[in-house]
Amino acid sequence: MTMAEGDLAVAEMAFVRRATIEPRPPPAAMTGAIGWLRANLLSTPFNIALTVLIVLLLAWAIPEIVRFLVIDAVWSGNDRDACLWTVQHREIGACWPFVWERLPYFIYGSYPIPQRWRVDVFFLMLAVGVVWLLWLKAPRRDLGAVYFFIVLPVVSYILLTGWSRIGLEPVDSVLWGGVLVTIVVASVGIVFSLPLGIILALGRRSRMPVVRTLSVIFIEFVRGVPLITVLFMAGVMLPLFVPEQYSPDKLVRALVGIAIFASAYMAEVVRAGLQAIPRGQYEGAMAVGLGYAQMMRLVVLPQALTVTIPNIVNTYIGLFKDTTLVFIVGIFDLLRTIEVARIDPKWATPVTSTTGYAVAAIFYVVFCYGMSRYARATEARLAKSGRR
Amino acid sequence: MSADNNSGSLLKPAGLRTEVAVELIALNKWYGDFHVLRDINLKVRGGERIVICGPSGSGKSTMIRCINRLEEHQSGQIFVDGVEVTADLKKIDEVRREVGMVFQHFNLFPHLTVLENCTLAPIWVRKMPKGEAEDVARHYLTRVKIPEQANKYPGQLSGGQQQRVAIARALCMNPKIMLFDEPTSALDPEMVKEVLETMVALAHDGMTMLVVTHEMGFARQVANRILFMDEGQIVETNVPGEFFAHPQHERTKLFLGQILR
Repeated sequence: MTMAEGDLAVAEMAFVRRATIEPRPPPAAMTGAIGWLRANLLSTPFNIALTVLIVLLLAWAIPEIVRFLVIDAVWSGNDRDACLWTVQHREIGACWPFVWERLPYFIYGSYPIPQRWRVDVFFLMLAVGVVWLLWLKAPRRDLGAVYFFIVLPVVSYILLTGWSRIGLEPVDSVLWGGVLVTIVVASVGIVFSLPLGIILALGRRSRMPVVRTLSVIFIEFVRGVPLITVLFMAGVMLPLFVPEQYSPDKLVRALVGIAIFASAYMAEVVRAGLQAIPRGQYEGAMAVGLGYAQMMRLVVLPQALTVTIPNIVNTYIGLFKDTTLVFIVGIFDLLRTIEVARIDPKWATPVTSTTGYAVAAIFYVVFCYGMSRYARATEARLAKSGRR
Repeated sequence: MSADNNSGSLLKPAGLRTEVAVELIALNKWYGDFHVLRDINLKVRGGERIVICGPSGSGKSTMIRCINRLEEHQSGQIFVDGVEVTADLKKIDEVRREVGMVFQHFNLFPHLTVLENCTLAPIWVRKMPKGEAEDVARHYLTRVKIPEQANKYPGQLSGGQQQRVAIARALCMNPKIMLFDEPTSALDPEMVKEVLETMVALAHDGMTMLVVTHEMGFARQVANRILFMDEGQIVETNVPGEFFAHPQHERTKLFLGQILR
């Protein structure tokens, strides 16, 4: 090896940086609208094909929907003639005067008209409770929880069913209907299923064989039965076995059925969350001296529920939509009131049904999408705080 | 870290005391058919620092986890500060209040801030008012030299910082005995030192410590006694000087030959 070769070898092996490389902005193709399009919509041939397909689909569907709901829609009128092609001699879209006239029925069902302010007060109180609990910067959220889980159910019950002693005329739940019933059924299901589900999930993971077996039997039995069957049992079978004067109200029976059904599903969702918590968390909690209840409440459940937020909300959305099944036992939820109204001879036209169902679709989409967005925001917030 | 600045009463005087802090008598434990702990007898006096070493699977962790009942034992007796550890939940709670533990993987609560991690048990177990618990927590966070991290979440700290928080969290319960289960094994090499320094400071303050570790430098520096375990038995125990200079048992010699280079 010559002198020069030796120097070369050393030069290749040793390196010292003399100047720091300053950060530079990324190339233009990576940023801005074009960069976004390239990265997300046009990255591979398959992706390009999908993008084209979806654009075509939207181009076909959106104009149709807009045409039906807005451009060709009928905005005023007093009866079916306004929405009849044979009378108006033009393309007819959604029949909004029908919705406008039957809107009170869609919202209150057959709730007596002079008493409907009570339902409005209920909606308002519920809205206050929901905002109080879900808006993170709201003051005194602990009081909000008391209000939502204790004050609200009691006051709403008295308000809606009536109490003659304080001058509120009793209203039989048979008369309830529409959005009122949908909201009542969904809220009861949502409010009761989570605590019951947590208890069942903890029971299923309990070390005590009796508790565990009972929980497993309950969960598996309820999950093994369709909701319609649960509602039939509650609505039709129960009165056969229980004397009429002891048999609870039809709506209450359906509510109990839904709450039980939802809690079995919720139990499995919560159990999945509990299983995601490492053993070390239990050990850490036990080692600092926390008892079982404290360990669960302060350490395990907050983490388990956090990781299961998407699944909890998924169950809630499913539950919200399943509430339409109460029509099977003769309870008039929103969809059922629309069903009844659409065959009313006064408004029966070829577009009435579609219009009614569009209203139902918009209602359900708004509520379910709202729940989904809130859950996404919660997840994002938890991720940002670095807890995960 | 020597004398303390504001609340010296929280510290105990250094040196060995006469009372028995932990006593294990003919302790046996099985996992199914596997005999993990075999006739363990051990008496630890107040203020004593014991280092437990041995190959993996030798039962070191299992033994110290029996002391605060994270593991059940099937025969024999365990006394912690005079209280026998049995299936009785009240006794278990009583023991866990007096015994702090530091784990290999920290086991901090990721959904709580550092400060909340430290105040959780004092508030809920000791029923301490929140303000007082926070003062105590800040005091111990200062002692482990990370007072400025109090409002961060554990996930935002380095491994070494997390382990020091874990030590502070255990100290906030003002325990009489501290158990360490391989506290530095999950740490990057550059973070081992900061955790060991914290433990050395704790030893200087007279804490009764049982430490499962392979850090032989630490053992030499602070241990009163070293226990060598193999196959669920205590094979050899001696003061550090003798233990390293003249190991008696063949297994001990083999083990030391492997870990000391």
